[in-house]
Amino acid sequence: MTLVRHELRQGKISFIIWTAAIGLLLAVCVFLFPEMKGQMSGISNVFASMGAFTAAFGMDILNFGTLIGFYAIECGNVLGLGGAFYASLCAVSILSKEEKDRTAEFLLTHPVSRVRIITGKLMAVFVQIAAMNLIIYVISVASIAVIGEEIPWKELNLLHLAYFLLQVELACICFGISAYMRKGSVGVGLGIAAVMYFLNLVANIAEAAEFLKYLTPFGYCEGADIVTDGCLNGTMVAVGLAFGAAGVAAAYLNYCRKDIH
Amino acid sequence: MDAIKIENLTKYYGKSRGIERVNLTVAEGEFFGFIGPNGAGKSTTIRTLLGLISPTSGRASVFGLDIEKDKEKILARVGYLPSEAVFYSGMRVGGVLKLSADLRRKNCRETAAWLCQRLQLDTTRKVEELSFGNRKKVAIVCALQHDPKLLILDEPTSGLDPLMQKEFFEILRERNETGTTVFLSSHILSEIQRNCTRAAIIREGRIIACDSVDALSQTSARRVTVHGSVVLDGLDGIRDKKDGPGTVSFLYSGDMNSLLRALAGGHISDLSVSEPDLEEIFMHYYEKDGDKV
Repeated sequence: MTLVRHELRQGKISFIIWTAAIGLLLAVCVFLFPEMKGQMSGISNVFASMGAFTAAFGMDILNFGTLIGFYAIECGNVLGLGGAFYASLCAVSILSKEEKDRTAEFLLTHPVSRVRIITGKLMAVFVQIAAMNLIIYVISVASIAVIGEEIPWKELNLLHLAYFLLQVELACICFGISAYMRKGSVGVGLGIAAVMYFLNLVANIAEAAEFLKYLTPFGYCEGADIVTDGCLNGTMVAVGLAFGAAGVAAAYLNYCRKDIH
Repeated sequence: MDAIKIENLTKYYGKSRGIERVNLTVAEGEFFGFIGPNGAGKSTTIRTLLGLISPTSGRASVFGLDIEKDKEKILARVGYLPSEAVFYSGMRVGGVLKLSADLRRKNCRETAAWLCQRLQLDTTRKVEELSFGNRKKVAIVCALQHDPKLLILDEPTSGLDPLMQKEFFEILRERNETGTTVFLSSHILSEIQRNCTRAAIIREGRIIACDSVDALSQTSARRVTVHGSVVLDGLDGIRDKKDGPGTVSFLYSGDMNSLLRALAGGHISDLSVSEPDLEEIFMHYYEKDGDKV
C-alpha cells in the first residue's frame, strides 16, 4: 500500500495534466456538435466521399449527423489517442524510472520483495488509468447532458469500456517493456501507442491488412463496429488481453532477476 | 554467528569482471573496513550482498541468511548508505524519511528526529534542492533510523564536512558499542585506520589482504624523502626509488634502525618520513602478492 500511494503521489501531476487535457478536449468536441448538426447533411456527404480517408476513420459506416456517430469518431480520436498515450507513458516509465533517476538503489534496499514492488507499481498504473477513465466518462456524460442531447447509454458505455480495455492492454505491454529498460523509455511508450494507432488506420483502409486489427487494440475500439454491432468483438478483446498478460508476465520474469545498476 | 560470510563470490557483468572468488568473514559486532581503489569491486560486493545484483557464482550469507533466498529478511536487518544518495525529486526530506520507514513497516520518528538534530538536517527542505553533503545526511538517517543490526556504508563521508564526518563517526561508534556491526567501504585509508578493527583490501576484484588494521598498517611501508646526499647501498627494503637533483625519494619497508644509521652517515638538509598514500600501500600489496596479480 505504501508503494502504491507513493507511486500515485509521484504520478499526480502527469495524471492531472493528461486527464484535464483529454476531458477538456472531449467536452469541447461535444459542445461543437449542436452547431455541426445543423449543417450536417452537407458535411456527412463530404466526409463520406473522401475515399480511403473516410474508411480510415470509419466515416463510411457511421452517420456523422447523429450524436453517437459523431461521438464515436471524435471520441475515437481524442480519448483513443490521448488515453493510449497516457497509459503507455505511465506504464513504460514506472519500472525503468527507478534506474533512470537512480532511485532504484533506495527503493530496492528496503525489505520489500521485487514481486511486491512490481505488483504495487502495476496496481498504481491501473488505479491511475481507471481513475482517468472514470473522470472522463463523467465529463463526457455531463457535457452530452449540457447540450441537451439524449444520452446513448449503451453505445457510450461500450465505447468507454473499449477504450479502457485498450489502455489496459497498452499499459500492460509497456509495463513489460519497462522492466527491460534502463533509460529513455518515454519514446518507446509514445512510439508503441502511435504505431498501434496507425496499424488500425492501415487495417481500415486496406482490405489485405484486415488481420492487423487483431494486433492492435485500436481494432476492438473501432467506433463504427461497436455502434453497428452493439457489442465488442470478443475475439479481438481476448487476443488483446492475452498480449497484455504476456507483457505483465514478462515484467515479473525479468524484473525479479534483473541486476540493478 | 558471523554478520557477513562471503564464500568464493564471483560476479561478472557480461564478460567484464566485477569480483572474483571473494572470501570474507565479518564477525558480529565488528567495525570492519573494506578498502580499495575505485572500480576494484567494493560496490559490486556490497550490491551483491544487498541483492541488487545476483552473483555469477559462489555464495554469501548475512546473519546466516542466504543472500538469494532470504533477501527481504536480510534487508530488514541492514541499514545501507549508498555512495551516491539519490531520492525522488519533489519530495521533502521528512517525506523521504517517512517513506523509508513505511517501506520497513516501522515507526522510526523518534530516532529520525534525534539523528536529524545531530546531523543538523532540516526535514522541511525539498530533496532536489539539497547539496551533495545534505543529501548524504538524508541517506545516513535512512540507513540508521530503523536501528539495523548491520550497517553497510559505501564511501560514507564523501561530501560531508569535517565536523559532520566527526559527528557521523561518533554516531557509528555509539552504535557499534551497542552491538551493531559496521561494514565500512572506503578508499580513504585514514578513515579505516581510525575507526576499524579489521579490514580487507580489494584490488581488481580480488581480496589481496584481510587482517587487523594494526597488522595491515604495520606491514605498510613509509615514504622517505631525503634532500642532500646519502649512501643507501646495502639497505634492504627499498622500493620505488626516485632520484631527483639533490633529492632522493623511496618507499622503505626494512629495518628502521638501519635506515637511521645510513641517514646519519649522509649530509642531509631536509628529511621527511611519511605514511605512503593509499596508492603506494596498494603497490606494496601488489608486490607482496605479485603472483596473484
